[in-house]
Amino acid sequence: MKKFSIEPVFRHGFLMFVVVFTLVPIFFTLMTSLKLFRDIISGSLAFTPTLVNYERLFDPSQSNFLRLTFNSLVVAAGTMVIVLVIASLAAYSLSRFRWRPLWSGLLLGAILFIHMLPPVTFLGPFYLIARALNIYDTVLAVIMGHIVLNLPTATWILLDFFADVPKELEEAAMVDGANRFQSLTQVLLPMIQPGIAAAGALAFIFSWRDFLFSLSLTSTPRGMTIPVGISSFVQEYSIRYGEMAAGAFFAMIPALLMVAFAQRYIIKGLTLGALKG
Amino acid sequence: MNPSKLSPTPNQVGISSRLGKFIDRTFQYWTVAPLVITLLLLVAYPSYQLFRMSVSEVDIVKGETVWEFVGLKHLETARQDPVVPTALKNTLVFVIAVVIIETVLALVISLLVSRSNHFVGLYRTVLLIPLLVPPIAIGTMWRLMYDYNYGFINQALAVFGIPGPTWTADPQLAMPSVILVDLWHWTSFMFLIILAGLESLPQEVNEAARVDGASESQILRYITLPLLRPTLLTAVMLRTIFAFKVFDEIFLLTGGGPGTATEVISLYIYDVFSGQFRLGYASFLALGLALIISIFVIFYRRVGQRAQA
Repeated sequence: MKKFSIEPVFRHGFLMFVVVFTLVPIFFTLMTSLKLFRDIISGSLAFTPTLVNYERLFDPSQSNFLRLTFNSLVVAAGTMVIVLVIASLAAYSLSRFRWRPLWSGLLLGAILFIHMLPPVTFLGPFYLIARALNIYDTVLAVIMGHIVLNLPTATWILLDFFADVPKELEEAAMVDGANRFQSLTQVLLPMIQPGIAAAGALAFIFSWRDFLFSLSLTSTPRGMTIPVGISSFVQEYSIRYGEMAAGAFFAMIPALLMVAFAQRYIIKGLTLGALKG
Repeated sequence: MNPSKLSPTPNQVGISSRLGKFIDRTFQYWTVAPLVITLLLLVAYPSYQLFRMSVSEVDIVKGETVWEFVGLKHLETARQDPVVPTALKNTLVFVIAVVIIETVLALVISLLVSRSNHFVGLYRTVLLIPLLVPPIAIGTMWRLMYDYNYGFINQALAVFGIPGPTWTADPQLAMPSVILVDLWHWTSFMFLIILAGLESLPQEVNEAARVDGASESQILRYITLPLLRPTLLTAVMLRTIFAFKVFDEIFLLTGGGPGTATEVISLYIYDVFSGQFRLGYASFLALGLALIISIFVIFYRRVGQRAQA
């Protein structure tokens, strides 16, 4: 018989407090986004939910949020595809072939180092490059920044997954007459689908989240993404709480969806550099 | 359709199979090439530009970039710039505070979670959310939370008859307010690393100690924490490096204010770059920041290698 103990009550009590502390700002934002201005001011918990804040946010005649959402989607999807192609090819090469430790170490070290540098370091050079290429204030400039932002994580996740596929599978495909390219696309890539999904999901979400590159490489709604829109909205109309909250909650939706699936791989990607294997 | 493609002549077979063999033999280089090219174009070249900009005055006149070499002039400017020491000090205060508090909090949370059999999935899932939410949304949420009149915190305080302060507009409270938001955002990061570390510890040692009559606190003090040391060191180093990146939330919550109360180095560099449009000087400061981070990264790699050995 196990003795009854009070300890689990305190333990879960404390942890539940942490859970509540984490969820309160999100819940408060969601509530605010569903309130009319007078309900926000009265602060009452009893109110009739309304979608008017979201309608105003997405009404092209009142705000450019729709355009920014489109930009954000293009940037995130574009970044995801480019990063996945580059990272999966490189991870394949680095994990399936013999490399001199000097070369592979140099590449992986460089990637890890980029991951740790504050993005603000890249602002000046990227601004000049975007100007020189005539892509300043377009989604292309933002994608350029986001590729650098996301390559490290994607490459490291995919390296892990390639390392787990037995070498014999590829050899068997080659014996059957496949060349390297066929064995990569028809045998290896299908096997690491979960890794590709995880790396892609993280690239998408980290591109969707980013603020600084979009802020410094765009100046009009032509290339701006959602975070920049929210920030200028907050600074211009610091009193329009309902729409502020609606914008913030809308921007969080991909993250909330993402938490619901592929959790384990996301953890792997987020803690890049800290966890081995 | 070109019939020769359907039935290739012997000569074509020879060429294509030789080409195929060549590609197969060198496939490892073809596949790594896109990464190398990307790094050269988007990292190596920009780094070179950064060095060049940091010793130049750069301006854009009628869409043309104008360079003027000025040597170490920006170093002199930085020495006399009163904001630089303030920004460095604020950054250090911020980094030290968040790293210490987040480490302690995350250690407590992960120790408690690792002892639990119930709700573990819930704790993990909820704590993952702050790491994926856009930092700008975090800033907006906390602006709403901190709002003097209608914010959650002051309304909750009002229930108990306590008049709430102005939080982010108060010079004394601005930095603690910003730190609290960072705790909300980043404690999860430390939690995930430390929990993974705890879960990888060998269980037999604890059992053996328990059989020998050790108390739970003794096990924690003499077994768990020493075994966890490498994980903690890694987590602290990594979090320190990442804490220097802080930008979005402070940008939105205080913009570095009131005055320069929350002006951190990234924010100041952005202001010099975008607000004052002094590209050369901003690049010089960015290079300085990159050097500071490099020292940490080298140190981090050393610690990592020792932990693995």
